[in-house]
Formats: sequence, C-alpha cells, structure tokens
Amino acid sequence: MSTRKFGAPIKRNIDPRLLTGKGAFTDDINLPGALHAAFLRSPFARARIKGIDVSAAEQAAGVVAVYTCDNIGHLDIELPLLIPHPSMTDARTQRPLARDDVYYVGQTVAMVVAVDRYVAEDAVNLIDVDYEPLEVELDLESAVGDAAPLVHPTHPNNIAADFTQVCGNPEAAFAEAEHVTRIKIQVDRSTAAAMECRTVAARYDSVRGELTVWDGTQAPLGVRGGLASIFGFDEDKVRVIAPDVGGGFGQKVMFPYPDELLVPHAAIQLGRPVKYIEDRRENFIGSNQERTQIHEIELFARKNGEVIALRDNFLHDTGAFIPYGIAVAQVASTSIAGPYRIPNIHVRFRAVYTPTVPVTPYRGCGRPQSCFAIERAMDQLAEELGLDRFEVRRRNLIRDEDFPYTREGLLFADGLRVKLDSGQYHKALDMAREAIGWDAFAADQAAALKDGKALGLGLAYYVEGTGLGPYEGGHVKIHPITGKVYVNTGLTSQGQGHDTVFAQIVSDQLGVAVEDVIVVEGDTGTFEWGVATFASRAAVVSGNAIHKTAMKVREQTIKAAANMLEADPADIELRDGHAVIAGTDRKVSLAAIATATNPLRYAFNSAAQAATQFAPASRHDGPPLIDGQHPGLEATDYFSPECATWAYGVHAAIVEVDRDTCSVEVKKYVCIHDCGNMINPVIVDGQVMGGFAQGIGGALYERIEYDREGNPTNANFVDFLIPYATEVPNIEIAHLETPSPLNPLGVKGVGEAGCIAVGATLASGIEDALKPFGGAKFHQTPITPSMIFAAMSNA
Amino acid sequence: MSSHEHLDRALPDTSADPRAEVSLTVNGHAVTREVSTRMLLSDFLRHGLRLTGTHVGCEHGVCGACTVMIDGRSARSCLTLAVQADGADVRTIESEANDDGSLSALQQAFQECHGLQCGYCTPGMIMNIRSHFDSGEPLDLSDAGIRELISGNLCRCTGYANIVKAVRRAAELAGRA
Repeated sequence: MSTRKFGAPIKRNIDPRLLTGKGAFTDDINLPGALHAAFLRSPFARARIKGIDVSAAEQAAGVVAVYTCDNIGHLDIELPLLIPHPSMTDARTQRPLARDDVYYVGQTVAMVVAVDRYVAEDAVNLIDVDYEPLEVELDLESAVGDAAPLVHPTHPNNIAADFTQVCGNPEAAFAEAEHVTRIKIQVDRSTAAAMECRTVAARYDSVRGELTVWDGTQAPLGVRGGLASIFGFDEDKVRVIAPDVGGGFGQKVMFPYPDELLVPHAAIQLGRPVKYIEDRRENFIGSNQERTQIHEIELFARKNGEVIALRDNFLHDTGAFIPYGIAVAQVASTSIAGPYRIPNIHVRFRAVYTPTVPVTPYRGCGRPQSCFAIERAMDQLAEELGLDRFEVRRRNLIRDEDFPYTREGLLFADGLRVKLDSGQYHKALDMAREAIGWDAFAADQAAALKDGKALGLGLAYYVEGTGLGPYEGGHVKIHPITGKVYVNTGLTSQGQGHDTVFAQIVSDQLGVAVEDVIVVEGDTGTFEWGVATFASRAAVVSGNAIHKTAMKVREQTIKAAANMLEADPADIELRDGHAVIAGTDRKVSLAAIATATNPLRYAFNSAAQAATQFAPASRHDGPPLIDGQHPGLEATDYFSPECATWAYGVHAAIVEVDRDTCSVEVKKYVCIHDCGNMINPVIVDGQVMGGFAQGIGGALYERIEYDREGNPTNANFVDFLIPYATEVPNIEIAHLETPSPLNPLGVKGVGEAGCIAVGATLASGIEDALKPFGGAKFHQTPITPSMIFAAMSNA
Repeated sequence: MSSHEHLDRALPDTSADPRAEVSLTVNGHAVTREVSTRMLLSDFLRHGLRLTGTHVGCEHGVCGACTVMIDGRSARSCLTLAVQADGADVRTIESEANDDGSLSALQQAFQECHGLQCGYCTPGMIMNIRSHFDSGEPLDLSDAGIRELISGNLCRCTGYANIVKAVRRAAELAGRA
C-alpha cells in the first residue's frame, strides 16, 4: 500500500475553490427571479400584541407579500420540541410569527417578501404593531424568585426544567468529608457569531411538486424532516442542501428557525424562488445563543486533597424558549466532575426561562461552564488546603489503569452512560507543568513582583464528551469512467475540512490519491440517512462509517481485480489508483475494475467494451449479474457508537495583569490535547486554535448585554467584542494520542476542545497574578478590565 | 390578504428606487451598468456582476469580509455605494489567481499554512493583504506587525495564528521577506 494518509498533514481539497472566490455559499447561488425576505421583529422583551396593520407595507412599490400569523395557515403552530426530556413540563417553543405575545427582542412578528432586500426592509418599517409591554426580569437568580414576572404564565418561577442526577452515594460521602470548599461561579452569555450569518433560499417546482431548500445549516437532514412533516410532503419531495457554510459553531444546528419554514412557504405560494439572508443585527437578536449559567459547587474532600464527593446546583438560562431541550445543561451537569475520580456526585440544575433570545448549543455546549466551575473550585481547594494546584489535581485525576471509568447514574446528552473511555491524564498534566515552566515560574513571579508587575500562572483541565450517536452513514462508490471515488455522508461541514479527512480515510483503503476522493455531504438528495454536525462528532461517527464502508469497497475491488488478473486476492495491492499483483507490474485501474463489474450493453468507452455482452469475459450461460450481486464497486454502511468518546486536555498560561489599565496580557499559553488518533494533525491544530480564539473571546471580551428592559445593547460587531488577530495570543499545542477503544479508527472529536478551558485558565492566572496585591477573586467570565478593577478595589 | 389574492396580480420585478448609470473597471474589465442609487458596492459586485467571491459579514464595516481594492487601496465594499465607485478601478478576489488559473503566492500560502477553515472571511482577508503587498510600502513581518496588518478582518474559525504564518510565507514566496 502507498504511504498511509491517516495521520498525515494533508492539504485540504476544498481550499483552491474557497481561495479563488469560487465558494458557493447560499447567497452566492443564482436563483433567477428570486424574491427577498425581511422580518419585522419585536422591539419588546415581553409584550402583548393588540393589533398589526400591514396595509401600508402591502401597498409599497416592489412588495410582493406580507405575512403575519394570520395568513400562514398550517405554519401557525408552536415549532417542534427537538429533544424531549422528562425533566421538562409543557416545554415552550416559539411560533414562526408571533401570535398574541412576544417573548424576546428580536422575535419574528411579520415577514415581508419583496423584489429586493432593500425594499423588503423599507416595508418592514411600514408595518404598524400595537404592543402592550409587560414586566420583565432579566436577572437569572431573580427570575426564579416568587415575585418575578413570568415569561410564560404556564411556568411558575420561570422554571423550564428541574433535573437531578446522582452518581454513587453522595449523602454518605458528604458526611465523611474532612474539608468542604464552596464556590459560586458564573459564565455569561455569548454567541457563535459565525462570519456568515444564517441563510435560507427556496425554490418550488410545481410541476414535479418538489421543494428545494438551500440552507446554511449544520443539520440538512433535520431541516428536511421538519419541512416534510410540517408541510405534509413526502420526504422525497423535499431536498435540503447545505452548500458552503461560513462557520456554524452550534448556532446552525438548531432548526427550524422561523425563516426555515416561512421562506419555503413563500416560495411555494408565490411561485418564485425566495431568499432570506440574515444580517448581523438579526443574527445577534434572532439566532440562538448560549452560556449563562450560575453554579454553586461544593467539593467534599479529605485533608490530603482527595475529593470524595461533589455537589453542584446550577441555574441555566434557556432564554424565552427551550426548543433544543435540556441538552446544554445536561452536558454541563454530566461533565461537572471533569477528569477527576470523584466517585460521588449530586448535580441538580434548573433551566430558567428569561425574555431573551433562546438558548441552544454554541461551541462548548455547557462544557466551558462546568469546566469553569470544577476548575475554579479545584484552585480554591488547593489554596484552602495549602496544596499546589498541580498536586491537588494529580491526587484526583483518573489513573491510566482506571479506564474505562464509568460514572454510573449519569446519562450524557445522548441518553447513554458517561464512560470516560481512555486517556493519559497524569501524563498530560505533567506535560503541561513542564511546558508552561512551572518549576521556574516561582522565581520569575518573584522577580516580576520586585518590579511591581503582577505575573500569574493559570491552569485548567477539561474533558470533552464527543462523537455522540445515534449514528451516521457512509456511501462509497468508485466511478467507472474516471476511477475517482465518490463519498457521501449525511452530515455537513462548516469549515472543518471533512472533505479532506474523509478522503484520507478512504484513500488508505482504496489506494487512490486524496484529491481523487470527492466527498459530497450536506445534500439530502445524495445521501439521506444520518443526523447532523454537532458535539464534535463528524470525524468519529461519519469517519468510522466511511471507514467501514471503504473497507467493504476495498474487499469488492480486490476480489474483482483478482478475478480480472487471474491472481490470488491475497496478492492484490491497491495503490496509485490501481490494483496491482504484488511484486509484479501487472495491474488494472480502479476505473477498469469498476467498469468490468458493471455488466454493460453499451460500450461508452474502450474500457467499457470489456464489460459488454459479447466481450470475451462475458458469461453466456446465465444472468450477467448473479442473484444477490450488485453492479459496480459501491457500498453503504453505518456507524453507531455505544456511547460518547471522551477527549481531554490541559491548558496552562502565564499572564500579566497591568494594574493601571486592568488589562491582561497572555505571555505564554500551552495546550496539551488528546483526541485519540489524529486523522490530520494540521486540521486538528486548526480546530484547537480556532476554539482557543473563541475561548479567549469568552474569557476576556464577549458578553451579550441586555438592559433591564431586555433590550440587547451590543448587538453589533462594534460593541460585541470578538477578538481580532491583535487579541488572540499564540498558543503552543502538544498532543497525546490515546486511541479510543470505542471505534475502529480510535478517534475522538476535537471541535470544541480549544474553547472549553480558556476561561478557567485565565481566571486562575489572573487570580494568581493579583494574589500579592490583595487577593482579588475571579469567579465570572468574561473578565473585563472593569471587573478586574472592581475585584482589586474590593479585595 | 388571503392566500391567493396576490396571485391574481403580476408580481413586481423591480423596485421604484431611482437608478443611475455607473461605469467602472472591475478586475481589468470595463463595466457599465444601471444600478439603484442606494445599492451597496458589495451587492453590486455579488448580484449585479455575479462576482460572489466578495462576502458580506456584517454590513457595518467592522468585519472586513467584504474587503476589495478600490484604486489600489483596500476598502469595505459594504460601506461603499455602487455609484461611488463610478470611474474607479475595483479588484476583487476573482482577480487574485495567476492568469493560468493557478493559485497566487498568497493563495498558495493560505493553503499551505491552513490559513482558512470555512473560507468566508478569506477573500476579504486576502484582498486586504494584497493591498499591503502591492502598496510598495515595507512590510513588517514580525508577529505583531502581521497581526496589525490583518487587524481589520475578523475570522471566527482559525484563531489567526495560521493566517499570520500564511502572510509570512506569502512574503517569502513573493520575495518580500
């Protein structure tokens, strides 16, 4: 076989297209005659709608249609609850267009369709809505109080879900503790802010009765399912294509957003293609967000620092609706013990309705919050017991021989057990300690202190449950004309480079060049089984499905080649696009094998002549295709993991806090990372670095601000501070590769790794830096200069 | 309105916006078109001329995804009206590859260094860097210098480190290092 492609830093197949401006994002797709949609959105966080007058908008030049809840027929429904869970009662989801009430600033009230977006936006401003504003409570802790105004009158204390999970026997362990550390932490709301906002375009072919939707989504199969059921179409009559998508980070796994139904609806009704290209403000006020949680966590420890039990009680802000169920809070609650043995766990959360943009996963999905809680608590425990921060962790980490380590009683977000499947947690910690220069740091810190400088070292460990089921599939086919290999799977890419890593996997099995493997995903018209891209699962679930499928095609190819070359299958090697008899120059191309395995009547080309009915090799004594055989070289297979596979890592940083400006400079940042076997280390590093940058945003800059009335006050890129290149420090990454025993490739997910521990690491470092200056505490992110100033003033 | 009422009338095809003629050079081609006077240059390039490589990320001039070159300098096409570009020389990402269609040094460097993931910010990033490379001014290829150079462009995928590498590599390939 040729050099193995798995594990190699292969350049990405997709790049030349994206680099030359030939990408095809939704709004790049030319739909002649397309109309454009714009939305009227609620200016109130909570209000009763007393009347809507659309007459002026309807009469405006260039306006084609105006929709409210009164003229959308079967779409005037509460949207699906995507992930039901028994902890929720009467879970609330929103309507495509508000009826009677609005629940957050940005909620869609009316849709205008016009000849272009300019006219549509003008017409939106001509719609007159009579609102009666209602009382709101934005503070999460106040929202669960008895006096708080209710987002939904159906839900006392604004509680959307109340859920407790228990591992071991925490009550008994609490009583045995020799030391208890208690800490309250908060992580604030952020947003995915993909560079491409959300997009939908639809075209309806009334002759064929077929609806085609181009959707910048992470879940084209989900969107198709939603459209087919809500519109009452056969699934085969709805084709959803996720074209090139400009980043997703979770926000685009949610569906259906109102526009994903209303745009197809308008296209069907008006007989013209319709496009909706969300603008940045709409993305801030109308597309889902995540993060705010307030944890009160307690660690029950022995004097030597061994934690024997953990109790966590947290509030999770779910926004005005809970369409994605408790997924984010469930991930947080089941990740709360991090990489530590802690055998007894009691974790309860309450998901709380607030009159804000709904909350569904954003990269990290509860993990940054739980990491911040447990890691800040570990630091505090170390301080209280007079232990070194590395040492307190070392005493609690799961040991190599403990794997697989199951937390009985905790169910992860896939409904399956929490089983930390493999890792070298101690080694990773040692590597972090070495890489950050822990042994020399005390001297550096002391020297800096002499100059009045506040230098600190921060540390945080994280785990990441990845590769969730239920399943994905793969379809692999060798093209008989070109010998290129076509690969399909049901999920889709938003920049992760699936087309290259999946090609590497197939290349290894079939001996073709990576660039000759054509991966087509995200089109329900080409592959219609699967789930979506989320939870760092594509490489694990689709990757293994494609691997299994490619092995089947390999077997078919070798068998057919052996037949054609009159050789023993054991002697056949697949390399350079050919099947070769080992040790000889006798070979046949994959194209020729694919052609020969397809009994033909017509000779399309010279290779095809060999497969026609009167060719020498053709049978004349029975059916050309034996019963049970299929033509060509092609297979489909699936992979369904028994449970999530857990990646992990350690971050450490040296930071300097400028006590005059209260700014933070990251002097050095190291990341030790283990996602099992790496398919493409360059892409893995890219994922880690990108996640890290979002982590920096969450740690120091990004917070969605609402005023007391529930108005977002920084819904733009000027005031919501996404890091530029000047804000993201360099990061040194080192990998361990502990294979996962849970899948044939031994891989784990990496998508969320980079972002999880950054807040905890920097808080740890900033606190360490300021320890000699009064000991300010940092229990909340983002840590802004004003928070540092306040913390120093209060210390 | 009932669901069929508006089907009984012909759907409009154009707005009543005032229109004006613009003549400009785009990627070396002379172009004359009639446009709505409020049409953004970004929309004109993308939808009027079908040059969809220029992307729109915020439409308030912050993210830099829509960056093109106007008369040799980088500019936000979302903050420029098409009519303002009358008489201008505009270059977009579609002009960046070599004449034979192969990747320019800058594009190659981005691929080599994995300087892009979703690719949405990339055209704007590249046109910004191109304007600096072509300005004739000295390039500061220190880490801080490159970060400053690209500090007008947001990227949400890469974390920038590989873009910094790509700029340095492109300078090498172009003999500017």
